[in-house]
Amino acid sequence: MVYTPHTAAERQEMLARIGVEALEDLFADVPQRYRYPDLNLPPPASEMEILGELQELAQANLNANSVPTFLGAGAYRHWVPAVVDYVISRGEFATAYTPYQAEVSQGTLQAIFEYQSLICDLTGMPVANASHYDGATATAEAVIQAYNVFRRKRRKVLIAPTVHPHYREVVRAYTQGMELTITGDESLSTTPADLAAQVGDKTACVIVQSPNFLGQLEALDDLADAIHAQDPDTLLAVATNPISLGLLKPPGAYDADIVMGEGQPLGLGLNYGGPYLGFYATRTDYLRQLAGRLVGQTADAEGRRGYVTTLTTREQHIRRERATSNICTNQGLMALAATAYLATLGKQGLQQIAALNYHKAHYAAQAIDALEGFSVSDERPFFNEFVVACPAPVAEINQALLDGVYSDTPILGGYDLAQDYPDLADQMLVAVTEMNSRAEIDAFAAALAAFERDQRSRR
Amino acid sequence: MSTPLEPLIHELSVPGRQGTPVPELDVPKAALPEGLVRDALPLPEVSEIDVVRHFLRLSQLNYAIDQGIYPLGSCTMKYNPKINEQTARLPGFVGAHPHQPVGTVQGALRLMYDLQTYLAEISGFAAVTVQPAAGAQGELVGVLMMRKYLLDRGETQRDTILVPDSAHGTNPASTSMTGLRVVQLPSDERGNTDLDALRSEVCERIIGIMITNPNTLGLFEEHIEEISEIVHGCGGLVYGDGANLNALVGVMHPADVGIDVMHFNLHKTFSTPHGGGGPGAGPVGVAEHLVDYLPDPVVRMTPGADGAPATYGFHHPPHSIGRVRSFWGHFGMLVRAYTYIRMHGAAGLRDVAEHAVLNANYLRSRVKEAYHVPFERICKHEFVAEGSFEGVEDVGAMEICKRLIDHGVHPPTMYFPLIVHDALMIEPTETESLRSLDHYADILLEIAEEAERDPDLLRQAPHNAPVRRLDEVGAARNPILRYEPEAEED
Repeated sequence: MVYTPHTAAERQEMLARIGVEALEDLFADVPQRYRYPDLNLPPPASEMEILGELQELAQANLNANSVPTFLGAGAYRHWVPAVVDYVISRGEFATAYTPYQAEVSQGTLQAIFEYQSLICDLTGMPVANASHYDGATATAEAVIQAYNVFRRKRRKVLIAPTVHPHYREVVRAYTQGMELTITGDESLSTTPADLAAQVGDKTACVIVQSPNFLGQLEALDDLADAIHAQDPDTLLAVATNPISLGLLKPPGAYDADIVMGEGQPLGLGLNYGGPYLGFYATRTDYLRQLAGRLVGQTADAEGRRGYVTTLTTREQHIRRERATSNICTNQGLMALAATAYLATLGKQGLQQIAALNYHKAHYAAQAIDALEGFSVSDERPFFNEFVVACPAPVAEINQALLDGVYSDTPILGGYDLAQDYPDLADQMLVAVTEMNSRAEIDAFAAALAAFERDQRSRR
Repeated sequence: MSTPLEPLIHELSVPGRQGTPVPELDVPKAALPEGLVRDALPLPEVSEIDVVRHFLRLSQLNYAIDQGIYPLGSCTMKYNPKINEQTARLPGFVGAHPHQPVGTVQGALRLMYDLQTYLAEISGFAAVTVQPAAGAQGELVGVLMMRKYLLDRGETQRDTILVPDSAHGTNPASTSMTGLRVVQLPSDERGNTDLDALRSEVCERIIGIMITNPNTLGLFEEHIEEISEIVHGCGGLVYGDGANLNALVGVMHPADVGIDVMHFNLHKTFSTPHGGGGPGAGPVGVAEHLVDYLPDPVVRMTPGADGAPATYGFHHPPHSIGRVRSFWGHFGMLVRAYTYIRMHGAAGLRDVAEHAVLNANYLRSRVKEAYHVPFERICKHEFVAEGSFEGVEDVGAMEICKRLIDHGVHPPTMYFPLIVHDALMIEPTETESLRSLDHYADILLEIAEEAERDPDLLRQAPHNAPVRRLDEVGAARNPILRYEPEAEED
């Protein structure tokens, strides 16, 4: 059939060797009344047919790379250097499994070691793991790490309302059996400093995000001190955007205990939301409470440098119900993509990309703020994403932009914040990256202006 | 210290070297935020060709399915079809932003909906979520749903999950992440879950059981229906670990024997690449009574009125356990699995299971000439042999595995399941040819002879790998977990 290679003669030879007559005899222990149910699946497609079918489905989507796009909110359209897909397409990487046999997995293991090193470099932290599934699960693992650091005795977790809504939902879903009290995000006006003031000796950790979900850079300067003034042991976990770290001080410089986030901007396509990459870094003190795989450097019997998965006694396959997490895999190939991305851009390249994001976003913010009916808050500094107060519901504006009513091509507008924050009706979260040319930004601003003029004339 | 196989990317760095070029800024510069700009960015500085050669050389230090047989038990290392890579990279999939209005991503949503439907059809469940990122996350989802379902019925005294001693380590770990207690069940002399032990453990504290069928010995759980009846009889639920579905796909509906909830590993049964340890994907199927507890959201189809095409959107299950990851799932993996299922159809999937089981039994019949294979039964997709020889000291599963490397093939899973001494867990998969199976069997038989003749050959192995045996104890005692320039000056 499709990928089973045996000929009829070979099959007969094998069955004879086993001592049965037919393939069905191999399933004698499956109760007969359940054997071979009818499956209502479409008939098999050839390679040509499936490619045609999927091309049709793919074309039924709007490709955000084919139109000016200002949508972010946790997933960003960035340039992916050609080298990245070349590296992750190598069968030696893509079709290998978790490096259980270190001697024939040195490629995977060294690449993970390099990934861990690069994440440490970026975040300003001493230890990084081999990755989690995405930014949301990395945030949940930060809460669980803090819970374990205090031997499951501290049950209070403070989380900022400006942490990505999906991350907050995942934290709650992951920990629903742990009897934690997770608070702090009831009102959008609660700042990280307000959270610090609520810290007590039962608080396991404080979770903030910077740049936060609204694009703003949080005041991290005295945050760790303010937390520790309330309780010296409470952990500070900071979610961040890795591209912003090409320009901005890393959370490690602000005394964070855990730094995590969504690694998708590091060379991963949008892919309708996944697979992405949860990067995760912490202090050496917490190595034993850290979840996920870790690769360490060692030497072989002849003194040659090599790499192995290490400190595995934390993990499920050894410790079972006493493991730090149930995580089994990391996001191997996605971590490799991020490694190739950071390597090929390097120090100067990432600085330049970060600068492009920063300056283009500020150019766009200025242009939009100058428009009648629109305003951009200057309450907090931002990196590549900002909130625009609009003269109409965002969904209505976005529909007009998508229909190309006010531009030569359809425009994919920003994120409608009313979906998550009832207080933020008519507020659009706009993301600008190195992919947005000046012409695109100008066209976007012009379309917004035209929308507003049209709306005014209709009134 | 001898020369490393390949320098670290950091060691290739030359200050001032530029990698792949970045476009110039085309807008005026804005003022930088005061006090927030970082001083140094300690990333490597290498050229693009340095990067290509570095990763190419690293890749050559790996062993992978594309090179040869990779019979890692319970991992289902089957061939990863190349068409999957082509379909997953179609621009309309790669370029779809997860927050696009649903009207602009009907193709992606339809694919997810159809995959939910196909997986439900294959397993016999009422509904499927494709959100979970991996098998372990699927387990977490399953246990959370079982817990919440029983809590919502007021059964607050239930706090225990039963797990057979042959289970994957993720089963107890997922359970304890949900705050529940784990009670382990022994196996009987035929490798099944011990029914008497099960009967004595079931009580009003039981949330349910996590059962793997076929189990990690590669044996069909002969009392699976009785197990379900006993657990259901005390008000509990049955979780099926679908890691071993490759043995039964197209042959049996797991739901038919009383499983209430089960995860699928798309990277095992449905051929998505393992990627050196991820990304996986772990959809979860549920019986009717758990449909409203699925993670938020699931994709739903609304038939079009008067001949209009159907539309696809998100549905929020009313009693959902919540969301377990951002956005909607490992979409790229879903495209690959969809491609695989569509290319097989019902008969093709049955063919997969039949040949996976044929290959395992054939290899078993050859390997047992020289290795003790406990449980004299027809196995399913894998079997477990004992990796030791009478009268040969200090040669165990590890030594055999390292010697397999010398012979140019990948070792099986070793020391698992825990209930077999020096376990070698061998899963050849259906995509290996007779010649490949015979080659592997010949090597194992030769190693058995080597163990008698020259056991040191095994104890010192590997001899022909890129590195010799690595010091794992030293790595754990003195962890070096990142590149440190100082550490390089010997």
